[in-house]
Amino acid sequence: MAELQNGKIVKVAGPVVVAEGMLGARMYDVVRVGNDNLIGEIVELHGDRASIQVYEDTVGIGPGEKVVNTGAPLSVELGPGLISSIYDGIQRPLDQLVKAQGSFILRGSALPGLRRDVKWHFKPVIGNGTEVGSGDIIGEVQETTLVLHKIMIPAGVSGKIDGLREGDFTVEETIGVVHGKDGQTELKLMQKWPVRQPRRVTQRLNPNQILLTGQRVIDAFFPIARGGTACVPGPFGTGKTVVQHQLAKWVDADIVVYVGCGERGNEMTDVLKEFPELKDPHSGEPLMKRVILLANTSDMPVAAREASVYTGITLAEYFRDMGYSVALMADSTSRWAEAMREISTRLEEMPAEEGYPAYLGARIASFYERSGRVICGGAPQREGDLSIIGAVSPPGGDLSDSVVQATLHVVKVFWSLMARLAQQRHFPAIDWLTSYSFYRQYLPGCFEDAAKGQEFAAMMQQAMNLLEQESQLVEIVRLVGAEAIGPNERMALETAKSIREDFLHQNAFHKVDTYTPIEKQYDMISLILHFHQQGLAAIENGVEPADIFKLSVREEIARCKYIDYAEKEKIHAIRDTVDRQIKALYGGSAVETAA
Amino acid sequence: MLKEYKTVSEIYGPLMLVEGIEQAKYGHIVDIELGDGAIRHGQILQVENDKVLVQVFEGTEGVNVKDSTVRFLGKPMELSVSKDMLGRVFSGTGIPKDGGPAILPKKKLNINGNPINPYARDYPNEFIQTGISTIDGLNPLVRGQKLPLFSGSGLPHDEITAQLCRQATVRGKGEQFAVVFAAMGITFEAAQFFINDLTNTGAIERAALFINLANDPAIERIATPRVALTCAEYLAFEEDMHVLVVLNDMTNYCEALREISAARKEVPGRRGYPGYLYTDLATIYERAGRVKGKKGSITMVPVLTMPEDDKTHPVPDLTGYITEGQIILGRSLHRKAVAPPVDVLPSLSRLKDKGIGVGKTREDHADLYNQLYAAYARGKEAQELATILGEAALSAEDRKFMTFANQFERRYISQGYYENRTVEQTLDLGWELLSMFENVELKRIDVKLIEKYMPRFRKSAAGQTASVES
Repeated sequence: MAELQNGKIVKVAGPVVVAEGMLGARMYDVVRVGNDNLIGEIVELHGDRASIQVYEDTVGIGPGEKVVNTGAPLSVELGPGLISSIYDGIQRPLDQLVKAQGSFILRGSALPGLRRDVKWHFKPVIGNGTEVGSGDIIGEVQETTLVLHKIMIPAGVSGKIDGLREGDFTVEETIGVVHGKDGQTELKLMQKWPVRQPRRVTQRLNPNQILLTGQRVIDAFFPIARGGTACVPGPFGTGKTVVQHQLAKWVDADIVVYVGCGERGNEMTDVLKEFPELKDPHSGEPLMKRVILLANTSDMPVAAREASVYTGITLAEYFRDMGYSVALMADSTSRWAEAMREISTRLEEMPAEEGYPAYLGARIASFYERSGRVICGGAPQREGDLSIIGAVSPPGGDLSDSVVQATLHVVKVFWSLMARLAQQRHFPAIDWLTSYSFYRQYLPGCFEDAAKGQEFAAMMQQAMNLLEQESQLVEIVRLVGAEAIGPNERMALETAKSIREDFLHQNAFHKVDTYTPIEKQYDMISLILHFHQQGLAAIENGVEPADIFKLSVREEIARCKYIDYAEKEKIHAIRDTVDRQIKALYGGSAVETAA
Repeated sequence: MLKEYKTVSEIYGPLMLVEGIEQAKYGHIVDIELGDGAIRHGQILQVENDKVLVQVFEGTEGVNVKDSTVRFLGKPMELSVSKDMLGRVFSGTGIPKDGGPAILPKKKLNINGNPINPYARDYPNEFIQTGISTIDGLNPLVRGQKLPLFSGSGLPHDEITAQLCRQATVRGKGEQFAVVFAAMGITFEAAQFFINDLTNTGAIERAALFINLANDPAIERIATPRVALTCAEYLAFEEDMHVLVVLNDMTNYCEALREISAARKEVPGRRGYPGYLYTDLATIYERAGRVKGKKGSITMVPVLTMPEDDKTHPVPDLTGYITEGQIILGRSLHRKAVAPPVDVLPSLSRLKDKGIGVGKTREDHADLYNQLYAAYARGKEAQELATILGEAALSAEDRKFMTFANQFERRYISQGYYENRTVEQTLDLGWELLSMFENVELKRIDVKLIEKYMPRFRKSAAGQTASVES
């Protein structure tokens, strides 16, 4: 490697600084800029002139000041201590910063991502003398009650292991040594990885299993798969962030990485306050014990926002490599794209659409491609998966926006948030007619009983047909009135309404309704469709539709969502009430439908 | 020793290029002395070798290349702050303009501030009673929130902000409260209305005003909100006060920003606004909030006028993405003489759920606003339908909802600018209006709450409904 030279600033324009005398510098090397030692990254090279994007506010920096090249790309520290942390876009621990600097973020701080003063109890899982290679699991640290942190051999290291022992170590202490061909490498609990480079895997696999979220419209209609990608675009006020928070809370993954990218400070505070209080529905432990937060709020420097999604995905990949199921939420990728645009403008690059750089689509695609279900590198053989859910904030809610379009090219699930639904306070405001998911085929696999899974998928299809029918009928009804259409159609309209209000509508702030197990989703939709079936049968027997709609059991159906699934008999009992009440209308016997 | 330079080489738009400068720093400020001795102020936008690009706050009219002297002050723009700023009027850059004495500074603060560490933020959850039903009942404001007013030309946003400043209070607590008002490019009349209103109610003693009028230099507006917020931060986080910041009008601010961007020949984003508009606005709006361990708070109400009432215009659009909701004023309501004409359906307070409920307002608050909102939305649909088909063609149910919507507008929304309702009055009015529906129709309210709060309105409300429906 060429000798690294320290450069000198010649130009400062907002977050971009140009320095001369940077011979030997490589693209994306991290540098320290100016007398305040601001952190920056090289994004362009012309001879010995380097353009640097600076991750901190550049006020007070001027020509003549020094630039020091660290010779290494932007990297994150990987090891025990990541879980429950809150970082900024370049992995500086925000909680530690408060202690060090106070309530406001000052410049030039350099706290490491992992704490150096904490000892972790390490337990080897392999014996000394074993031949190891990159990615092999050599031991474990119980990081939180929910997360067993597996210590892996860093990339590029192989040989015979020695000196591995159980004990309490800090992340910098040596836990063992690998004797390789080119000498020996000391092993530590911590390793580093450059954020812009995907971590290596043995093999990529197709997603084949649904990642349950407890959100009915998502699980039942537009599910996301483990290792899949989804995007949530929508204008402001449609609940993108609430959807993201709900997923972060209830998603059935081992680890959740939440990247707050250029969003509101108070939202991050909300997460910080709420997550430790919430219990994981599967283990009963505080949710925070499986969450990593990255917060680069909109008032924090723009370049660090650009880096934050890469930092986030690298942390996520690291846990995937341990064989875990990881979900990453990025809110919002539009802010990330805007940060790219701002840097690009300052670099005086030729813009493509809306001022965005021409490489926008490529960057977005390669980010989402870091998701997937994989066979992880190293021994023992294990499977991990990483799902990405990105929010997009298109200007004016216009879906022809460059970021939305570039995202839709690559993602497999599209949850379309509609201002119209949000205005009707129908939340989550995911439009059932325009959203889609390529993973619906895996829906039956959510149930232990395959037949039940098939039946659920069929019921959801029937529900979708009713909603589709509604969208066509509603215009006619508008113009000519409900009396003008046939009784069967009126029944369909009522049922569609019931599906919307009693099933799809879900209150994120209600303690029961906020999370619905898939079994309960089955019971709910089955109940709604049962009422539909019985209603149609009654109409056949000459009952006026209006009389069916007036039945008091409908209120019970509506309140089904608030019944805790521990008391599922209550839901089943409503079914009998449906039969009884409808039967009373015409004195016939109820039609049998699948239970 | 400050160096002076007479090396201005170019002047275009609000910008000035100065050459041969040593040791210039990005973001620092300069003084520009014109040939006649007049002083103008500027800020460094870019430095490249010995060339410095300066934006001139007062504009470049009358500046020439030959006679101008530029002094580099070697520091970013600062504001001298003290508690004595209350009761005073300042220019858009923080210079006293009420004829009073200069401020004896307790501190000098960089007007750009520093971002609040998200970890140090305290969650806004204290209900502020504004006395306005559409806000208290449906879109509650909490301390530390930023809730903009989306208005349009000719709509009464001044009256509403004045009402807010007059009435806003956290109940049951005798805490120090202050108003910081930043005017950016508004008319003399609008500013005077506000000042008079504050004076009449005595609130002026607790207010600091930063005024950049429509005929003041446009570029100065870039500094105005930052200056005002620096004052607010001082009052909130060092003097333990609860500060309500009104920024009026952010559209003018954005236009000034666009002017600079255009002069710099930057690649424009939508409608000619710079691509960094979002980031720039965020550095202003995000200064609202509460900080752990500090008593004070900053609650922000930015006002902006939407060109052609278009919510997708970049200014309201980007604002909406940063702020925690929005209160939207409706032109058709204004025409119907509904005052304040708050368009309830697209308005939203994102933090509402944190500030209400048992111990804060009342247990029925959340269910109640959901129900009112849903019923009003349904009623509005019926209203629209009636304009197409005629009222006679509506179904009985639609007619009922339409009646509800009409009453809701007349009684709940339209309360006038001088009625100060307690939150209980607002909630009870909601129940009274809902009493025209059967329990079954109130799907969004817990049955227990209906049983508890509804019956006592049953009789009286039924009588009133009949009489109003004429």
